[in-house]
This record gives sequence, C-alpha cells and structure tokens, in this order.
Amino acid sequence: MRRSFLAANPSVLWFLLALALVTLGVTVMAEAGMISTSFVKTLGKTLCLCLVAVAMDVVWGYCGILSLGHFAFFGIGGYAVGMWLMYARTEEIVAASLAAQALPPTVGEIRDAIGTQIFGVVGASDFPLIWAFADRHWLQFPMIVLLPGLLALVFGWLAFRSRVTGVYLSILTQAMTLALSLYLFQNDSGLRGNNGLSGLQNIPGLGGVGQDRISIWFFWGSAAALAAGYVFFAWIVSGKMGSVIRAIRDDEARVRFLGYHVESFKLFVFTVTAMVAGVAGALYYPQAGIINPAEIAPIASIYLAVWVAIGGRGRLYGAVIGAAFVSLLSSWFTGGGAPSVPLGVYTIHWTDWWLVLLGLSFVAVTLFFPKGIGGIFDLVAPRPVPDRQGDYGPDDGAWRREEGEP
Amino acid sequence: MTTLLEVSGVSVSFDGFRAINNLSLTIGEPELRAVIGPNGAGKTTFMDIVTGKTRPDAGHVLWGEHSTSLVGKSESAIARLGIGRKFQRPTVFEAQTVRENLALALRNRRGPFDVLFSRKTGQGIARVEEIAVEIGLGDSLPRVAGELSHGQKQWLEIGMLLAQDPRLLLVDEPAAGMTPAERAHTTALLKRAAETRAVIVVEHDMEFVRRLDCRVTVLHEGSVLAEGSLDHVTQNQDVIDVYLGR
Repeated sequence: MRRSFLAANPSVLWFLLALALVTLGVTVMAEAGMISTSFVKTLGKTLCLCLVAVAMDVVWGYCGILSLGHFAFFGIGGYAVGMWLMYARTEEIVAASLAAQALPPTVGEIRDAIGTQIFGVVGASDFPLIWAFADRHWLQFPMIVLLPGLLALVFGWLAFRSRVTGVYLSILTQAMTLALSLYLFQNDSGLRGNNGLSGLQNIPGLGGVGQDRISIWFFWGSAAALAAGYVFFAWIVSGKMGSVIRAIRDDEARVRFLGYHVESFKLFVFTVTAMVAGVAGALYYPQAGIINPAEIAPIASIYLAVWVAIGGRGRLYGAVIGAAFVSLLSSWFTGGGAPSVPLGVYTIHWTDWWLVLLGLSFVAVTLFFPKGIGGIFDLVAPRPVPDRQGDYGPDDGAWRREEGEP
Repeated sequence: MTTLLEVSGVSVSFDGFRAINNLSLTIGEPELRAVIGPNGAGKTTFMDIVTGKTRPDAGHVLWGEHSTSLVGKSESAIARLGIGRKFQRPTVFEAQTVRENLALALRNRRGPFDVLFSRKTGQGIARVEEIAVEIGLGDSLPRVAGELSHGQKQWLEIGMLLAQDPRLLLVDEPAAGMTPAERAHTTALLKRAAETRAVIVVEHDMEFVRRLDCRVTVLHEGSVLAEGSLDHVTQNQDVIDVYLGR
C-alpha cells in the first residue's frame, strides 16, 4: 500500500528530497557561520508558512472552499503554545528571584507572582480560566490541535449545514477571523490584549542553550512538520478521498446525488486543515518570539490565499513554492534588502511599495498564469490540456478552464 | 410487481406559483414509466421532490417495503437508499478520469472515514472495467472526462448510474441531443435496466416514448391528467387539448 502510494505520487518523493537538501544546506551554512541566526529563524518560519499554505491548498485548491480564516487557526496554535512557554519561562524567573528569600515560597505565592508578571501590563494579576492548563505542557500541548479543530468543527458545522458556499462562505470565515482578532485585542480577553504573548523564543529548561542552537532545532522541527504534513495531505488528496473532494469543488450538487454527504466531507477537510494550521502556528511563533492579535487580522488569511494562488492552487508543491517565494521576497523587500529606485522627482522605497507590487503580481498571475509558479513543472512533464469550452463545474470554486488538468 | 415509490397528495408552490398540485403517482418494481407533459407541467419539480432537492408543502413520498418517508431526508441519504438521477445535461466530473468518475459512483460505503480508508478492491476494479466496456469507453479509462465528446459524456453518466446500482432510476430527457443510432442504444439500455429495477423517464419526444413501449403518465399544471398506455392517453380528450393539440 505504502509503496503504491509513493509510486502513484512521484512528486511527493521529489518534494521530500528537495526539502532534505534545503535542510541540509541551511544546517551546514549555519554551522559554518555563513548565515545569521535571525536568517535561520526566518527560514524556519517560512517552512511553517509553507505548511499552513499546504493546508490552505487542500481546503481551497482541492475542496473549493475559499477560507479566509485559516490564519486564525494558525494564530490559535501559536497562542496555545505561547501560553505554556510564557508561563513556564516566567515560573523559572520568579522561582529564581523568590529563592533568595529567607522563607521558601509556597506554590500559591509563586503562582501569584507569575500572574503579576504576565498580566501586569494589562492591570491584572489573576489567571483567567483559559490559562487553566498552561502550567502543564502535557495538558497544554494537545490544545495546539484541539482548539483550532474544535473552532473549525463548530464553525464549519454551522456554515456548511446551512449550505453557505462561494463568496458568502469566504466572507463568513473572514468575519470569524476578524471577530477573534478584535476579541483578543481587548485587555480583559485574558491573553494580554494588544501586547500579545512575548518572549516566546526563550524555551523553558533551555536557558543555557544559545539562540543559535535553538534556531536550528526549530528549523529542523519545522522541516520535519512540513514533510509530515505534506505526506499526510498528499495521502488525503490522492485516491478515493481526493476524488470525492475534487468532485465537491467542481459540482457539489452532483456529488450529493451520488449519495455522498457533502457537508461531512467539507467539515472533515476544514477541520483537519485547521488542526494542521494550528501545528504550523505552534512552531512559527516560538521562532518569531511574539504573537499578538494583529497576526490574526483578516489580511493574514488573505495573504495565505495569495500565496497559494501565486504558487498554483490544486497542487501541494505549488502552495509550498508560493508561500516560500512570496514570504521570502516580502521579507527582502520590506526588510530594506531591495535597493530604492530613484526616479528624479520621486524615489521608490520598496518598504512602501511592496504591497502594491504584490497586489499587481497577484492580478498578473490570476490573469496570465492561472496555473501559478507550480505550472512551470508542467513544462518539464507536459500534460495535455484538453481543448474545452467552459470551466470544469458549475460551482464558484470549480477548476477553471485555464487551470487545466489538476 | 410490488410498489416501490408512492407519491400521494403532494403539493409545492414557489412564490405563490403552484408547481405541483395534489400529485399522486405510484411506481412498482420493476417498472418502466414515461412521464410526459408540456413545459411547466412540473416534471422536473417532481424529480426534485423525489430526490430531496425540493421539500413539498404537503403530501407524502413513501419508499420501499417499509414505506419510509422521503420527505425531509437529505439528497445524499435518499441517494443512498437507492435512487439515482440522470440530469438533462451530462454532468460528469470533467477534471477527473473516466475511471475516477466510475469509481466515485460505485456502490460503496459513503462516509468520510470509509472513503479515506477505502482500498481498491479487485472486485471494484473489475466492475469499473466491466461498466466501461458496456458503455463503450473500455479504452478510455485513463482519459480525463472533460476530453470526451458530448455523447460519450452522456454514456459515462449512464455508466455512473449503473455503477451506483439504484433501485429507482430517474432519467431526465435522455435522448436530448442524441443521434438516431444513439437513441436506439439508449432505448435498449433503459428497457434492459427496467427489467430489474424501476425507471422513470421524463421525455418530450413522443417517438422516443413510443419506442419505450411502457405505461405513460401525463402531467399538466402539476397534477396527473391521464395515465395508461401511450395509445390510451393519446386518445384522451383532455390530453389532446392541453398537450398534443399544440
């Protein structure tokens, strides 16, 4: 079974090989001091973005649900891991400072001191209920997948059951992200309002280990998660399951008349991708060091759709390429890497104009290269595109004529 | 012949327009039935009600030995009970291969986890190939359905219905856009299918209905105007007035 899966999906092997080479190359260069710790972190974060982009591709490119809310699940994963990181790290610091006292501190005293440290910025000191598991990682870590999964399950059940599709569903998912973001911005949300959670790069118990080490470990972790996620989704979208969800993308009414309960399949895809997005977020934010509600703003989820579109929707490696290419280019342009262009009367500073450039390239890709960057691989192994009139199905998310065979 | 589907006293209106008005109809198993009627007589709405796409305002739709009510069931649940539907335009999944299209329709468990962990069985592969040969697409299994000609897509859809193996088959204007040879082939196939199951054919073309040689139900303004053999209904004065006279 396993061999036949890889034999039927040669792109999976090629992808794993490429990922292994990148990981090896980055590791060697980092050990040799050729690239900085912060750049290793950028690369590690990029791998996490690739993972969430693969999840987005499954939900949009394969199942036709244009979710503009998957970055919310990414953020929830980040918050879930951030709560434990911040708690455990603050506990270490507090315990060290209280140890100097004549009387050893009680458990309650330590907990109060941690609360004051964490919630001082929002004028509170008590732990809200949502922090109940934050002191034990074996309870908090499952939240990385359970919380996004639960939110996706409830939200998806309500939305799909009412047969909300197309642009209305996109608006609904965007509203969900916005509502979550606005809620987290409040100081009394229990997650430090707009301050967010910070100091996440300091891993509890690893105080003696330098960031150069930790960054490479996280890079490896992110690469492993991307590899596992890629194989997992490749397994889901191949075979019968892939056939059903692509059929739903193109013509869901017809799938119903075949006897498949379309809503259950959509809910399955929506929930599973949300859980993987949570994992990606949990690996991303310790490398970023900080998470705040602005990360969950609707624009982030729109970026996600842009990455997948530029990379080429409906092919998993396309999503990876799109996310890696655009986010690395983005950090080059916005980080001042790109030289300004003096035009005499006006100088183009890329930090101001990058978004315009990104927007234009998105429009250009949609109009002229509907297969995205991933379409380049079709030149290597040409696939016949049937001469056809219309799109591949009546639904909004249906495969368009120009996208050709998936 | 036992009763498979019983529609009794069904009414439905859209924005005040009564599309179906106190319609009653009984189909046995096996049986071949043609439903005819002028445009707007409620033929497609009748199919929509049976397949669960439209919910009736009043009346009963009862199915099978246990007289299960179909009203309020989802389209997919009704399809799983054994009701297949062929649309007027060929609707196949054009981005997928002929093999994938047939495998999708193949009678199997339909839950997401059943599908996720399903394995290809030798029996399933053999059945797909058998159907492909029957519909004349034996050599086209790896081809993408979007490449097929209009007629081939019609056949593929019929093949998908065969794979689904329904007890009741609802067929909407099967002969539309077909050549005379293809029509003859379709007639033979429908008659053969009706030997073991119930088949309802909605059709405009009188010549096609005559060749089916079966019981005919004439719909008019959402209710049954006449029922019987084709010769019987064509001599009915009401039928001549509303339909044949035009």
